[in-house]
Amino acid sequence: MSKPAFVYVTYIETSAEKVWQALTDGDFTERYWFGHRVTSDWTVGAAYRFANQGQPMVEGKVLVSDPPRRLVYSWDVVKEGATRERTSRVTFDLVPRGKVIKLIVTHDEIEEGGTTLRDVSAGWPMVLASLKSILETGHALDIDLAAAKELAHA
Amino acid sequence: MSIEKFKPATVYTIYIAATPEKVWQALTSAEFSQKYFFGNSVEVEIRVGGAFIVRTPDGALHISGEVFECDPPKKLTVTFNLNWPELIEKLGPTLVTYEIEPVGEVVKLTMTESHDRPLSDDILSGGRQGWPAILSSLKSLLETGRPMAIKMAPPQRMLAALRELGIKTP
Repeated sequence: MSKPAFVYVTYIETSAEKVWQALTDGDFTERYWFGHRVTSDWTVGAAYRFANQGQPMVEGKVLVSDPPRRLVYSWDVVKEGATRERTSRVTFDLVPRGKVIKLIVTHDEIEEGGTTLRDVSAGWPMVLASLKSILETGHALDIDLAAAKELAHA
Repeated sequence: MSIEKFKPATVYTIYIAATPEKVWQALTSAEFSQKYFFGNSVEVEIRVGGAFIVRTPDGALHISGEVFECDPPKKLTVTFNLNWPELIEKLGPTLVTYEIEPVGEVVKLTMTESHDRPLSDDILSGGRQGWPAILSSLKSLLETGRPMAIKMAPPQRMLAALRELGIKTP
């Protein structure tokens, strides 16, 4: 892991296969990732892209694809109007702990002094809390994103 | 003790589909906390200067502290000192702040663990291992009615670092 980095751990009562599907299936991501739909064939070297209502948001390449244990991809924010910073990297590690999955998300190779660290530090807890909710209750989180953004910048 | 000189060492944020009042209750009630805090029960006097205590499932004193900031259901700051001999003398007190903020129908809960001196990542690893499990289970309890059964290994890295400092660990 290179610094600066953001690491987030959450525990989800589900199977590793379900978490893997939730991370890689566009129909599923659209439901809990605040409208972000992912597309890729998830082979190593393949491209992936998150789009929201057809608008590109984030894209990159699949670096490691070891279902249902480890997924690594590069991360480039391509949202209209966003400042481009160096391509960063996201690693998902899915570790079974009894009847629960420990999900560790590591976002590193982040540009020093840029805004990526701040943005992903605010974003991942929302996405991962919503992912946990949808897998455990069937309902994604209805976070007021504008209010959350205000809090983050306060 | 002045809490101004404490600096955040670990911050954990989680979003929960619940009201601020429910989250406050989960953080401050013995009955609730037993379900998600590895069987430990929180006993807190809801006023500045009140006592903050965590007991293990067998009733032994595990953590003791005092309430420094208290604004239900928005903010609670307490000292959170593990009841192990020499720990506080060698590492100083631990301060924990919970902030509860509504974002639409959802609550943003932020836990900040602060210290009055720099501590190594080895020492801090205990809290960094524990908080995600405790607060993930709290979220499950509030959203599904059931806490999680997480199998946790003892915080070996932290225990080894404490032993190296001559602190007796259980």
